[in-house]
Amino acid sequence: MTTLSDIKSRPIYAGLKVDEYARRHLVAAEGEGARAVIEAFSMAPEALDRTTILYCPGGSAGQDHETALADLAPDLIHVAPSIETLLVRLKGMLNTATMGTRLYATGTEGFIGQVVAAAVGFGVDHHSIFTEHRGSLARRVQCVHCKGMTDNVTATPFTCSHCGLTLFVRDHYSRRLGAFQGVCVDAEEPGVIPPAEELYK
Amino acid sequence: MGIQFKQETFRDDYTFSNSPEAIRRFPFPFDRDEYMYSVNIEQHMPGPPKSYVEFPIDIDEHYVSEMRDRAIVLKEDPLRCQSLPHMLPAEWDLVELLMDSMSKHYPEHFQLTKDGDRWHWVNQPLGIDQTFTFGDTATLPCPPMEYITRQCQGDFALLDQRQDNLWMDAGIVTTQADWSLDFDIGMNFMEWHGPVPIAHDIGVFDRALKFLLNLQQGRPVRRLNWTMTINPRLDTSPENYHKWGQEKATVTPENVGDKVHLRVELQALWRLPRSNAIVFSIRAYLISMEELVTIPKWGRRFPRILKSLPEPIANYKGLSRYREMTIDWLSKYDDGQPTSPGFFPD
Ligand code: HEM
Repeated sequence: MTTLSDIKSRPIYAGLKVDEYARRHLVAAEGEGARAVIEAFSMAPEALDRTTILYCPGGSAGQDHETALADLAPDLIHVAPSIETLLVRLKGMLNTATMGTRLYATGTEGFIGQVVAAAVGFGVDHHSIFTEHRGSLARRVQCVHCKGMTDNVTATPFTCSHCGLTLFVRDHYSRRLGAFQGVCVDAEEPGVIPPAEELYK
Repeated sequence: MGIQFKQETFRDDYTFSNSPEAIRRFPFPFDRDEYMYSVNIEQHMPGPPKSYVEFPIDIDEHYVSEMRDRAIVLKEDPLRCQSLPHMLPAEWDLVELLMDSMSKHYPEHFQLTKDGDRWHWVNQPLGIDQTFTFGDTATLPCPPMEYITRQCQGDFALLDQRQDNLWMDAGIVTTQADWSLDFDIGMNFMEWHGPVPIAHDIGVFDRALKFLLNLQQGRPVRRLNWTMTINPRLDTSPENYHKWGQEKATVTPENVGDKVHLRVELQALWRLPRSNAIVFSIRAYLISMEELVTIPKWGRRFPRILKSLPEPIANYKGLSRYREMTIDWLSKYDDGQPTSPGFFPD
Protein backbone atom coordinates (compact mmCIF):
# COMPACT_ATOMS: atom_id res chain seq x y z
CA MET A 1 0.00 0.00 0.00
CA THR A 2 1.17 3.51 -0.76
CA THR A 3 1.23 6.03 2.07
CA LEU A 4 -0.63 9.16 1.12
CA SER A 5 -0.06 12.67 2.43
CA ASP A 6 -1.95 14.04 5.42
CA ILE A 7 -5.04 15.74 4.00
CA LYS A 8 -7.87 16.01 6.51
CA SER A 9 -10.68 15.71 3.99
CA ARG A 10 -9.13 12.74 2.20
CA PRO A 11 -10.40 9.27 3.10
CA ILE A 12 -8.15 6.69 4.71
CA TYR A 13 -7.69 3.63 2.53
CA ALA A 14 -7.29 1.00 5.21
CA GLY A 15 -6.64 -2.00 2.96
CA LEU A 16 -8.66 -4.97 1.72
CA LYS A 17 -9.59 -7.65 4.21
CA VAL A 18 -12.17 -10.28 3.39
CA ASP A 19 -15.26 -9.94 5.59
CA GLU A 20 -15.90 -13.53 6.66
CA TYR A 21 -19.47 -12.73 7.72
CA ALA A 22 -20.53 -11.30 4.36
CA ARG A 23 -23.00 -13.33 2.34
CA ARG A 24 -21.80 -11.85 -0.91
CA HIS A 25 -18.55 -10.08 -1.90
CA LEU A 26 -18.72 -7.44 -4.60
CA VAL A 27 -15.23 -6.41 -5.69
CA ALA A 28 -14.47 -3.42 -7.97
CA ALA A 29 -10.82 -3.29 -9.02
CA GLU A 30 -8.75 -1.24 -11.43
CA GLY A 31 -5.18 -1.70 -12.68
CA GLU A 32 -2.78 -2.66 -9.91
CA GLY A 33 -5.74 -3.14 -7.58
CA ALA A 34 -5.82 -6.68 -9.01
CA ARG A 35 -2.81 -7.49 -6.83
CA ALA A 36 -4.62 -6.33 -3.69
CA VAL A 37 -7.59 -8.55 -4.60
CA ILE A 38 -5.36 -11.56 -5.20
CA GLU A 39 -3.52 -11.04 -1.93
CA ALA A 40 -6.67 -10.64 0.15
CA PHE A 41 -8.78 -13.38 -1.44
CA SER A 42 -6.09 -16.01 -1.68
CA MET A 43 -6.03 -15.81 2.14
CA ALA A 44 -9.78 -16.52 2.25
CA PRO A 45 -10.49 -19.04 -0.51
CA GLU A 46 -13.77 -20.14 1.11
CA ALA A 47 -15.24 -16.74 0.19
CA LEU A 48 -14.60 -17.05 -3.53
CA ASP A 49 -17.73 -18.93 -4.52
CA ARG A 50 -19.73 -15.96 -3.17
CA THR A 51 -17.54 -13.35 -4.90
CA THR A 52 -18.15 -11.17 -7.95
CA ILE A 53 -15.12 -9.33 -9.36
CA LEU A 54 -15.49 -6.37 -11.72
CA TYR A 55 -12.10 -5.50 -13.17
CA CYS A 56 -10.87 -2.77 -15.47
CA PRO A 57 -7.20 -3.18 -16.50
CA GLY A 58 -6.84 0.61 -16.89
CA GLY A 59 -3.27 1.68 -16.22
CA SER A 60 -2.09 -1.95 -16.07
CA ALA A 61 -3.37 -2.99 -19.51
CA GLY A 62 -1.14 -5.66 -21.06
CA GLN A 63 -0.02 -7.08 -17.75
CA ASP A 64 -2.73 -9.72 -17.86
CA HIS A 65 -3.85 -9.30 -14.27
CA GLU A 66 -7.27 -10.45 -15.52
CA THR A 67 -5.96 -13.98 -16.00
CA ALA A 68 -4.51 -14.02 -12.51
CA LEU A 69 -7.87 -12.87 -11.14
CA ALA A 70 -9.71 -15.54 -13.13
CA ASP A 71 -7.31 -18.13 -11.66
CA LEU A 72 -8.76 -17.30 -8.24
CA ALA A 73 -11.93 -18.92 -9.61
CA PRO A 74 -14.49 -16.48 -8.18
CA ASP A 75 -18.21 -17.03 -8.73
CA LEU A 76 -18.09 -14.40 -11.48
CA ILE A 77 -15.45 -12.19 -13.06
CA HIS A 78 -16.29 -9.47 -15.50
CA VAL A 79 -13.54 -7.54 -17.31
CA ALA A 80 -14.68 -4.05 -18.30
CA PRO A 81 -13.01 -2.08 -21.11
CA SER A 82 -13.12 1.23 -19.20
CA ILE A 83 -13.89 2.65 -15.76
CA GLU A 84 -17.09 4.12 -17.13
CA THR A 85 -18.42 0.76 -18.29
CA LEU A 86 -17.33 -0.88 -15.06
CA LEU A 87 -19.37 1.69 -13.13
CA VAL A 88 -22.44 1.02 -15.28
CA ARG A 89 -22.29 -2.67 -14.38
CA LEU A 90 -21.49 -1.95 -10.73
CA LYS A 91 -24.54 0.29 -10.41
CA GLY A 92 -26.71 -2.43 -11.92
CA MET A 93 -25.41 -4.84 -9.31
CA LEU A 94 -25.80 -2.40 -6.42
CA ASN A 95 -29.36 -1.83 -7.51
CA THR A 96 -30.21 -5.48 -6.91
CA ALA A 97 -27.71 -6.17 -4.11
CA THR A 98 -29.13 -7.94 -1.07
CA MET A 99 -28.46 -7.44 2.64
CA GLY A 100 -25.12 -8.86 3.67
CA THR A 101 -23.30 -7.78 0.51
CA ARG A 102 -19.85 -6.33 1.23
CA LEU A 103 -18.32 -3.92 -1.28
CA TYR A 104 -14.57 -3.66 -1.93
CA ALA A 105 -12.82 -1.03 -4.06
CA THR A 106 -9.17 -0.97 -5.07
CA GLY A 107 -7.00 0.76 -7.65
CA THR A 108 -6.07 4.39 -8.20
CA GLU A 109 -7.59 6.99 -5.93
CA GLY A 110 -9.79 8.41 -8.69
CA PHE A 111 -11.22 4.95 -9.31
CA ILE A 112 -11.90 4.26 -5.62
CA GLY A 113 -13.55 7.66 -5.33
CA GLN A 114 -15.92 6.95 -8.19
CA VAL A 115 -16.87 3.52 -6.80
CA VAL A 116 -17.53 4.96 -3.33
CA ALA A 117 -19.54 7.88 -4.74
CA ALA A 118 -21.64 5.47 -6.83
CA ALA A 119 -22.27 3.21 -3.83
CA VAL A 120 -23.23 6.08 -1.53
CA GLY A 121 -25.85 6.94 -4.14
CA PHE A 122 -27.41 3.52 -3.46
CA GLY A 123 -27.53 4.14 0.29
CA VAL A 124 -24.29 2.29 1.13
CA ASP A 125 -22.54 3.80 4.17
CA HIS A 126 -19.07 4.83 2.98
CA HIS A 127 -17.53 3.55 6.22
CA SER A 128 -18.63 0.03 5.30
CA ILE A 129 -16.67 -0.09 2.02
CA PHE A 130 -13.23 -1.76 2.19
CA THR A 131 -10.73 0.19 0.12
CA GLU A 132 -7.08 -0.11 -0.87
CA HIS A 133 -5.04 2.30 -2.93
CA ARG A 134 -2.81 0.69 -5.59
CA GLY A 135 -1.08 2.01 -8.66
CA SER A 136 -0.20 5.57 -9.55
CA LEU A 137 -0.83 8.62 -7.36
CA ALA A 138 -2.74 10.27 -10.20
CA ARG A 139 -5.65 12.37 -8.99
CA ARG A 140 -9.13 12.95 -10.27
CA VAL A 141 -9.74 16.69 -10.10
CA GLN A 142 -12.85 18.80 -10.37
CA CYS A 143 -12.49 22.30 -11.81
CA VAL A 144 -14.16 24.55 -9.24
CA HIS A 145 -15.03 27.02 -12.02
CA CYS A 146 -16.69 24.94 -14.74
CA LYS A 147 -17.23 21.82 -12.53
CA GLY A 148 -15.70 19.55 -15.17
CA MET A 149 -13.77 16.44 -14.04
CA THR A 150 -10.29 15.65 -15.30
CA ASP A 151 -9.00 12.13 -14.69
CA ASN A 152 -5.42 10.98 -14.19
CA VAL A 153 -3.92 14.32 -13.23
CA THR A 154 -0.25 13.74 -12.39
CA ALA A 155 1.04 17.32 -12.26
CA THR A 156 0.07 20.68 -10.80
CA PRO A 157 -0.77 23.06 -12.37
CA PHE A 158 -2.54 21.36 -15.28
CA THR A 159 -5.03 22.39 -17.95
CA CYS A 160 -8.72 21.75 -17.28
CA SER A 161 -9.88 19.31 -19.96
CA HIS A 162 -13.22 21.16 -20.18
CA CYS A 163 -12.79 24.95 -19.89
CA GLY A 164 -9.04 25.21 -20.54
CA LEU A 165 -8.18 27.23 -17.43
CA THR A 166 -4.84 26.38 -15.84
CA LEU A 167 -5.61 24.79 -12.49
CA PHE A 168 -3.64 24.33 -9.33
CA VAL A 169 -4.56 21.11 -7.46
CA ARG A 170 -5.64 21.92 -3.93
CA ASP A 171 -5.16 19.36 -1.15
CA HIS A 172 -8.89 19.18 -0.50
CA TYR A 173 -10.97 16.12 -1.34
CA SER A 174 -14.74 15.65 -1.75
CA ARG A 175 -16.04 12.14 -1.22
CA ARG A 176 -19.36 13.05 -2.81
CA LEU A 177 -17.55 13.97 -6.01
CA GLY A 178 -14.71 11.49 -5.61
CA ALA A 179 -12.30 14.26 -6.59
CA PHE A 180 -9.77 16.88 -5.51
CA GLN A 181 -10.38 20.56 -6.15
CA GLY A 182 -8.75 22.44 -9.04
CA VAL A 183 -8.48 26.23 -8.76
CA CYS A 184 -7.32 28.74 -11.40
CA VAL A 185 -3.60 29.30 -10.79
CA ASP A 186 -3.21 32.62 -12.63
CA ALA A 187 -6.42 34.37 -11.55
CA GLU A 188 -4.54 37.22 -9.87
CA GLU A 189 -1.99 37.72 -12.65
CA PRO A 190 -3.30 36.18 -15.87
CA GLY A 191 -0.58 34.38 -17.79
CA VAL A 192 1.80 34.04 -14.84
CA ILE A 193 1.90 30.28 -14.48
CA PRO A 194 4.41 28.44 -12.31
CA PRO A 195 6.17 25.43 -13.90
CA ALA A 196 4.24 22.19 -13.60
CA GLU A 197 5.49 19.75 -10.98
CA GLU A 198 4.86 16.02 -11.41
CA LEU A 199 3.69 15.43 -7.84
CA TYR A 200 1.19 12.66 -8.39
CA LYS A 201 2.97 10.05 -10.53
CA MET B 1 -39.12 54.98 11.40
CA GLY B 2 -37.07 51.85 10.89
CA ILE B 3 -33.90 51.29 8.92
CA GLN B 4 -33.06 53.46 5.89
CA PHE B 5 -32.06 50.88 3.29
CA LYS B 6 -29.30 51.96 0.91
CA GLN B 7 -29.19 51.37 -2.81
CA GLU B 8 -25.66 50.18 -3.57
CA THR B 9 -23.66 47.52 -5.42
CA PHE B 10 -21.16 44.83 -4.42
CA ARG B 11 -19.78 44.31 -7.95
CA ASP B 12 -18.89 46.27 -11.10
CA ASP B 13 -18.98 49.92 -9.93
CA TYR B 14 -18.88 48.97 -6.20
CA THR B 15 -20.95 51.78 -4.73
CA PHE B 16 -21.16 50.10 -1.29
CA SER B 17 -20.20 52.18 1.73
CA ASN B 18 -21.03 52.35 5.43
CA SER B 19 -22.86 55.21 7.13
CA PRO B 20 -21.18 56.58 10.29
CA GLU B 21 -23.71 54.59 12.37
CA ALA B 22 -22.86 51.41 10.48
CA ILE B 23 -19.16 52.02 11.17
CA ARG B 24 -19.80 52.41 14.90
CA ARG B 25 -21.73 49.13 15.05
CA PHE B 26 -19.18 47.23 12.93
CA PRO B 27 -18.19 43.90 14.53
CA PHE B 28 -14.51 44.67 14.99
CA PRO B 29 -13.14 41.21 15.83
CA PHE B 30 -9.95 41.98 17.78
CA ASP B 31 -10.03 42.45 21.56
CA ARG B 32 -6.22 42.74 21.77
CA ASP B 33 -3.29 43.64 19.47
CA GLU B 34 -2.57 40.10 18.22
CA TYR B 35 -4.56 37.38 16.55
CA MET B 36 -4.44 33.61 16.81
CA TYR B 37 -7.05 30.92 16.12
CA SER B 38 -8.93 29.87 19.24
CA VAL B 39 -12.24 28.35 20.30
CA ASN B 40 -13.76 31.82 20.45
CA ILE B 41 -17.34 30.71 21.08
CA GLU B 42 -19.71 32.61 23.40
CA GLN B 43 -23.43 32.58 24.16
CA HIS B 44 -25.40 34.49 21.51
CA MET B 45 -26.92 36.86 24.11
CA PRO B 46 -28.64 40.13 23.20
CA GLY B 47 -26.10 42.98 23.19
CA PRO B 48 -26.43 46.77 23.68
CA PRO B 49 -29.10 48.68 21.69
CA LYS B 50 -28.06 49.41 18.07
CA SER B 51 -25.08 47.02 18.29
CA TYR B 52 -24.71 44.19 15.75
CA VAL B 53 -25.78 41.74 18.46
CA GLU B 54 -28.79 43.64 19.76
CA PHE B 55 -30.95 40.98 18.05
CA PRO B 56 -30.22 37.35 17.15
CA ILE B 57 -30.64 38.08 13.41
CA ASP B 58 -29.10 41.41 12.42
CA ILE B 59 -30.73 43.34 9.58
CA ASP B 60 -28.98 46.57 8.59
CA GLU B 61 -28.88 49.36 6.01
CA HIS B 62 -27.34 47.03 3.39
CA TYR B 63 -30.23 44.53 3.50
CA VAL B 64 -32.04 45.35 0.26
CA SER B 65 -28.88 45.66 -1.82
CA GLU B 66 -27.39 42.47 -0.40
CA MET B 67 -30.54 40.54 -1.26
CA ARG B 68 -30.33 41.88 -4.81
CA ASP B 69 -26.69 40.69 -5.02
CA ARG B 70 -27.71 37.22 -3.76
CA ALA B 71 -30.39 37.00 -6.45
CA ILE B 72 -27.80 37.79 -9.15
CA VAL B 73 -25.44 35.07 -7.85
CA LEU B 74 -28.20 32.45 -7.70
CA LYS B 75 -29.40 33.27 -11.18
CA GLU B 76 -25.94 32.69 -12.60
CA ASP B 77 -25.10 29.66 -10.45
CA PRO B 78 -27.92 27.63 -8.88
CA LEU B 79 -25.36 25.28 -7.26
CA ARG B 80 -24.80 27.93 -4.56
CA CYS B 81 -28.00 26.69 -2.94
CA GLN B 82 -28.20 22.95 -2.32
CA SER B 83 -29.92 20.66 0.12
CA LEU B 84 -29.79 16.88 0.48
CA PRO B 85 -33.29 15.34 0.62
CA HIS B 86 -33.22 14.43 4.34
CA MET B 87 -32.75 18.11 5.27
CA LEU B 88 -36.28 19.26 4.48
CA PRO B 89 -37.42 19.29 8.15
CA ALA B 90 -34.38 21.44 9.03
CA GLU B 91 -35.27 23.80 6.17
CA TRP B 92 -38.69 24.38 7.73
CA ASP B 93 -37.08 24.87 11.15
CA LEU B 94 -34.99 27.59 9.57
CA VAL B 95 -38.07 29.29 8.08
CA GLU B 96 -39.56 29.45 11.55
CA LEU B 97 -36.37 30.72 13.22
CA LEU B 98 -35.83 33.53 10.73
CA MET B 99 -39.46 34.62 10.29
CA ASP B 100 -40.03 34.65 14.05
CA SER B 101 -36.87 36.60 14.76
CA MET B 102 -37.18 39.11 11.92
CA SER B 103 -40.85 39.88 12.60
CA LYS B 104 -40.33 40.13 16.35
CA HIS B 105 -37.35 42.49 16.22
CA TYR B 106 -38.12 44.49 13.08
CA PRO B 107 -41.95 44.70 13.18
CA GLU B 108 -41.97 47.87 11.08
CA HIS B 109 -40.43 45.91 8.16
CA PHE B 110 -41.57 42.29 8.57
CA GLN B 111 -44.87 40.87 9.79
CA LEU B 112 -45.84 37.29 10.48
CA THR B 113 -49.27 36.02 11.46
CA LYS B 114 -49.96 32.39 12.23
CA ASP B 115 -53.33 30.67 12.16
CA GLY B 116 -52.36 27.11 13.00
CA ASP B 117 -50.23 25.96 10.06
CA ARG B 118 -51.58 28.75 7.87
CA TRP B 119 -48.90 31.48 7.93
CA HIS B 120 -48.96 34.95 6.42
CA TRP B 121 -45.59 36.60 5.86
CA VAL B 122 -45.09 40.18 4.78
CA ASN B 123 -41.64 41.51 3.85
CA GLN B 124 -42.08 45.20 3.13
CA PRO B 125 -38.56 46.18 2.04
CA LEU B 126 -38.60 43.47 -0.65
CA GLY B 127 -42.30 43.83 -1.44
CA ILE B 128 -43.25 40.23 -0.61
CA ASP B 129 -46.64 39.12 0.70
CA GLN B 130 -46.99 35.35 1.02
CA THR B 131 -49.58 33.06 2.55
CA PHE B 132 -48.47 29.44 2.90
CA THR B 133 -48.94 26.27 4.88
CA PHE B 134 -46.05 25.62 7.25
CA GLY B 135 -44.53 22.24 6.37
CA ASP B 136 -46.03 22.10 2.86
CA THR B 137 -43.33 22.94 0.33
CA ALA B 138 -45.81 23.14 -2.53
CA THR B 139 -47.30 26.30 -0.99
CA LEU B 140 -44.06 28.29 -1.42
CA PRO B 141 -42.61 29.51 -4.74
CA CYS B 142 -39.31 27.66 -4.03
CA PRO B 143 -37.95 25.26 -1.37
CA PRO B 144 -38.19 26.63 2.20
CA MET B 145 -34.47 27.26 2.92
CA GLU B 146 -34.01 29.07 -0.39
CA TYR B 147 -37.26 30.98 0.11
CA ILE B 148 -36.36 32.48 3.47
CA THR B 149 -32.62 32.96 2.91
CA ARG B 150 -33.28 34.98 -0.23
CA GLN B 151 -34.79 37.36 2.32
CA CYS B 152 -32.17 37.29 5.07
CA GLN B 153 -28.65 38.69 5.11
CA GLY B 154 -25.87 36.16 5.58
CA ASP B 155 -24.98 32.74 4.22
CA PHE B 156 -26.47 29.70 5.93
CA ALA B 157 -25.44 26.08 6.35
CA LEU B 158 -27.66 23.37 7.83
CA LEU B 159 -25.77 20.66 9.68
CA ASP B 160 -27.11 17.20 10.33
CA GLN B 161 -25.81 15.52 13.50
CA ARG B 162 -24.98 11.81 13.38
CA GLN B 163 -22.06 9.50 14.23
CA ASP B 164 -20.80 12.10 16.73
CA ASN B 165 -20.13 14.53 13.92
CA LEU B 166 -21.77 17.40 12.05
CA TRP B 167 -22.46 17.02 8.32
CA MET B 168 -22.93 20.00 6.03
CA ASP B 169 -25.95 18.62 4.20
CA ALA B 170 -27.60 21.86 3.06
CA GLY B 171 -26.72 25.50 2.55
CA ILE B 172 -27.00 28.74 0.66
CA VAL B 173 -23.64 30.34 0.09
CA THR B 174 -23.33 33.47 -2.05
CA THR B 175 -21.14 35.78 0.09
CA GLN B 176 -18.37 33.42 1.07
CA ALA B 177 -14.70 33.92 1.85
CA ASP B 178 -13.44 31.61 -0.88
CA TRP B 179 -14.97 28.19 -0.14
CA SER B 180 -17.32 26.12 -2.24
CA LEU B 181 -20.62 24.72 -0.98
CA ASP B 182 -20.87 22.52 -4.06
CA PHE B 183 -17.53 20.96 -3.16
CA ASP B 184 -18.07 20.77 0.60
CA ILE B 185 -21.69 19.58 0.75
CA GLY B 186 -21.91 16.19 2.46
CA MET B 187 -18.60 16.66 4.32
CA ASN B 188 -18.22 16.44 8.08
CA PHE B 189 -16.79 19.09 10.44
CA MET B 190 -13.18 17.89 10.23
CA GLU B 191 -13.31 17.36 6.47
CA TRP B 192 -14.64 20.79 5.48
CA HIS B 193 -12.13 22.43 7.84
CA GLY B 194 -9.37 20.37 6.19
CA PRO B 195 -7.56 23.26 4.46
CA VAL B 196 -7.30 25.50 7.56
CA PRO B 197 -3.69 25.68 8.85
CA ILE B 198 -2.55 25.46 12.52
CA ALA B 199 -6.02 25.12 14.08
CA HIS B 200 -6.15 21.31 13.73
CA ASP B 201 -2.80 20.91 15.45
CA ILE B 202 -3.63 23.10 18.44
CA GLY B 203 -6.88 21.22 19.08
CA VAL B 204 -9.24 24.05 18.13
CA PHE B 205 -11.43 21.88 15.92
CA ASP B 206 -11.62 18.93 18.33
CA ARG B 207 -12.80 21.17 21.14
CA ALA B 208 -15.16 23.22 18.98
CA LEU B 209 -16.85 20.09 17.59
CA LYS B 210 -17.28 18.59 21.04
CA PHE B 211 -18.88 21.79 22.23
CA LEU B 212 -21.26 22.00 19.26
CA LEU B 213 -22.42 18.39 19.52
CA ASN B 214 -23.88 19.39 22.90
CA LEU B 215 -25.50 22.61 21.68
CA GLN B 216 -28.89 23.00 23.36
CA GLN B 217 -32.10 24.29 21.89
CA GLY B 218 -32.80 27.85 23.01
CA ARG B 219 -29.13 28.52 23.83
CA PRO B 220 -27.54 29.73 20.58
CA VAL B 221 -23.84 30.59 20.42
CA ARG B 222 -21.72 32.87 18.23
CA ARG B 223 -18.17 33.63 17.18
CA LEU B 224 -16.39 36.10 14.92
CA ASN B 225 -14.12 35.21 12.02
CA TRP B 226 -12.36 37.60 9.67
CA THR B 227 -10.47 37.98 6.43
CA MET B 228 -9.79 40.78 3.95
CA THR B 229 -11.32 41.53 0.57
CA ILE B 230 -10.32 43.86 -2.23
CA ASN B 231 -13.29 46.04 -3.20
CA PRO B 232 -16.55 45.53 -1.33
CA ARG B 233 -17.32 42.28 -3.12
CA LEU B 234 -19.65 39.83 -1.41
CA ASP B 235 -19.25 37.01 -3.92
CA THR B 236 -15.62 36.08 -3.31
CA SER B 237 -16.35 32.47 -4.24
CA PRO B 238 -13.82 30.02 -5.63
CA GLU B 239 -16.29 29.43 -8.47
CA ASN B 240 -15.72 33.01 -9.68
CA TYR B 241 -12.12 33.44 -8.48
CA HIS B 242 -10.87 33.61 -12.08
CA LYS B 243 -13.07 36.72 -12.44
CA TRP B 244 -12.36 38.58 -9.17
CA GLY B 245 -8.80 37.38 -8.47
CA GLN B 246 -7.30 40.10 -10.68
CA GLU B 247 -8.73 42.77 -8.40
CA LYS B 248 -6.26 41.65 -5.72
CA ALA B 249 -3.44 42.91 -7.90
CA THR B 250 -4.96 46.39 -8.28
CA VAL B 251 -4.01 47.65 -4.80
CA THR B 252 -1.54 50.58 -4.83
CA PRO B 253 -0.23 52.73 -1.95
CA GLU B 254 -2.66 55.45 -3.11
CA ASN B 255 -5.87 53.39 -3.15
CA VAL B 256 -5.44 51.19 -0.05
CA GLY B 257 -7.91 53.24 2.02
CA ASP B 258 -10.64 52.80 -0.54
CA LYS B 259 -9.99 49.32 -1.94
CA VAL B 260 -8.81 47.22 0.98
CA HIS B 261 -11.63 45.99 3.20
CA LEU B 262 -11.73 44.12 6.47
CA ARG B 263 -14.38 41.43 6.18
CA VAL B 264 -15.84 40.09 9.39
CA GLU B 265 -18.21 37.18 9.72
CA LEU B 266 -20.60 37.01 12.64
CA GLN B 267 -21.21 33.27 12.87
CA ALA B 268 -24.08 32.06 15.00
CA LEU B 269 -25.32 28.54 15.71
CA TRP B 270 -28.75 27.39 16.80
CA ARG B 271 -30.04 23.91 17.60
CA LEU B 272 -33.26 23.43 15.64
CA PRO B 273 -36.33 22.00 17.39
CA ARG B 274 -37.90 19.42 15.00
CA SER B 275 -34.94 18.18 13.00
CA ASN B 276 -32.29 18.36 15.77
CA ALA B 277 -30.05 19.85 13.05
CA ILE B 278 -27.89 22.92 13.67
CA VAL B 279 -28.11 26.08 11.63
CA PHE B 280 -24.85 27.96 11.08
CA SER B 281 -25.29 31.54 9.92
CA ILE B 282 -22.38 33.44 8.39
CA ARG B 283 -23.24 37.12 8.34
CA ALA B 284 -20.54 39.11 6.53
CA TYR B 285 -19.75 42.75 7.28
CA LEU B 286 -17.38 44.85 5.16
CA ILE B 287 -15.49 48.01 6.12
CA SER B 288 -12.92 49.92 4.06
CA MET B 289 -9.62 50.97 5.65
CA GLU B 290 -10.70 54.61 5.22
CA GLU B 291 -13.83 53.87 7.27
CA LEU B 292 -12.01 51.73 9.82
CA VAL B 293 -9.54 54.44 10.84
CA THR B 294 -12.39 56.79 11.77
CA ILE B 295 -12.40 54.78 15.02
CA PRO B 296 -8.96 55.68 16.48
CA LYS B 297 -8.63 52.50 18.56
CA TRP B 298 -9.24 50.32 15.50
CA GLY B 299 -6.78 52.37 13.41
CA ARG B 300 -4.09 51.69 16.01
CA ARG B 301 -4.93 48.07 16.53
CA PHE B 302 -5.45 46.72 13.04
CA PRO B 303 -1.91 47.42 11.70
CA ARG B 304 -0.52 45.68 14.79
CA ILE B 305 -2.72 42.66 14.03
CA LEU B 306 -1.49 42.52 10.45
CA LYS B 307 2.16 42.88 11.47
CA SER B 308 2.06 40.05 13.99
CA LEU B 309 -0.16 37.70 11.95
CA PRO B 310 1.54 34.28 11.55
CA GLU B 311 2.60 33.68 7.95
CA PRO B 312 0.54 30.48 7.40
CA ILE B 313 -2.63 32.31 8.47
CA ALA B 314 -1.87 35.30 6.22
CA ASN B 315 -1.28 32.97 3.27
CA TYR B 316 -4.41 30.96 3.97
CA LYS B 317 -6.50 34.12 4.12
CA GLY B 318 -4.98 35.16 0.79
CA LEU B 319 -3.78 38.59 1.90
CA SER B 320 -0.05 38.26 1.36
CA ARG B 321 -0.10 40.26 -1.88
CA TYR B 322 -1.29 43.49 -0.22
CA ARG B 323 -0.49 42.95 3.46
CA GLU B 324 2.66 45.12 3.54
CA MET B 325 1.07 47.93 1.57
CA THR B 326 -1.88 47.94 3.95
CA ILE B 327 0.38 48.02 7.02
CA ASP B 328 2.28 50.97 5.51
CA TRP B 329 -0.91 52.87 4.79
CA LEU B 330 -2.32 52.18 8.26
CA SER B 331 0.89 53.00 10.12
CA LYS B 332 0.12 56.73 10.04
CA TYR B 333 -2.90 56.00 12.25
CA ASP B 334 -0.86 54.09 14.82
CA ASP B 335 0.82 56.54 17.19
CA GLY B 336 2.16 53.70 19.32
CA GLN B 337 -0.20 54.46 22.22
CA PRO B 338 -1.49 51.47 24.17
CA THR B 339 -4.96 50.24 23.18
CA SER B 340 -7.66 49.45 25.71
CA PRO B 341 -8.68 45.81 26.15
CA GLY B 342 -11.90 44.68 24.45
CA PHE B 343 -13.52 45.05 21.03
CA PHE B 344 -15.45 48.26 21.35
CA PRO B 345 -14.44 51.83 20.42
CA ASP B 346 -13.20 53.92 23.37
C1 HEM C 1 -20.44 24.15 12.53
C2 HEM C 1 -20.48 25.10 11.65
C3 HEM C 1 -19.29 25.55 10.86
C4 HEM C 1 -19.19 25.56 9.52
C5 HEM C 1 -20.27 25.13 8.52
C6 HEM C 1 -17.86 26.05 9.18
C7 HEM C 1 -17.38 26.16 7.89
C8 HEM C 1 -16.13 26.60 7.56
C9 HEM C 1 -15.60 26.65 6.22
C10 HEM C 1 -16.33 26.17 4.98
C11 HEM C 1 -14.36 27.17 6.27
C12 HEM C 1 -13.42 27.40 5.09
C13 HEM C 1 -12.52 26.20 4.88
C14 HEM C 1 -11.79 26.25 3.53
O1 HEM C 1 -10.76 26.92 3.42
O2 HEM C 1 -12.24 25.60 2.57
C15 HEM C 1 -14.08 27.46 7.67
C16 HEM C 1 -12.92 28.04 8.15
C17 HEM C 1 -12.64 28.17 9.50
N1 HEM C 1 -13.44 27.76 10.55
FE1 HEM C 1 -15.29 27.01 10.45
N2 HEM C 1 -17.19 26.34 10.32
C18 HEM C 1 -18.03 26.05 11.38
C19 HEM C 1 -17.75 26.20 12.72
C20 HEM C 1 -16.54 26.62 13.21
C21 HEM C 1 -16.26 26.77 14.61
C22 HEM C 1 -17.23 26.49 15.76
C23 HEM C 1 -15.00 27.20 14.71
C24 HEM C 1 -14.34 27.48 16.04
C25 HEM C 1 -13.14 27.51 16.31
C26 HEM C 1 -14.47 27.34 13.35
C27 HEM C 1 -13.21 27.78 12.99
C28 HEM C 1 -12.77 28.04 11.71
C29 HEM C 1 -11.50 28.69 11.42
C30 HEM C 1 -10.47 29.18 12.41
C31 HEM C 1 -11.44 28.79 10.02
C32 HEM C 1 -10.33 29.47 9.21
C33 HEM C 1 -10.84 30.86 8.91
C34 HEM C 1 -9.83 31.86 8.38
O3 HEM C 1 -8.67 31.91 8.82
O4 HEM C 1 -10.24 32.71 7.58
N3 HEM C 1 -15.45 26.99 12.47
N4 HEM C 1 -15.18 27.10 8.43
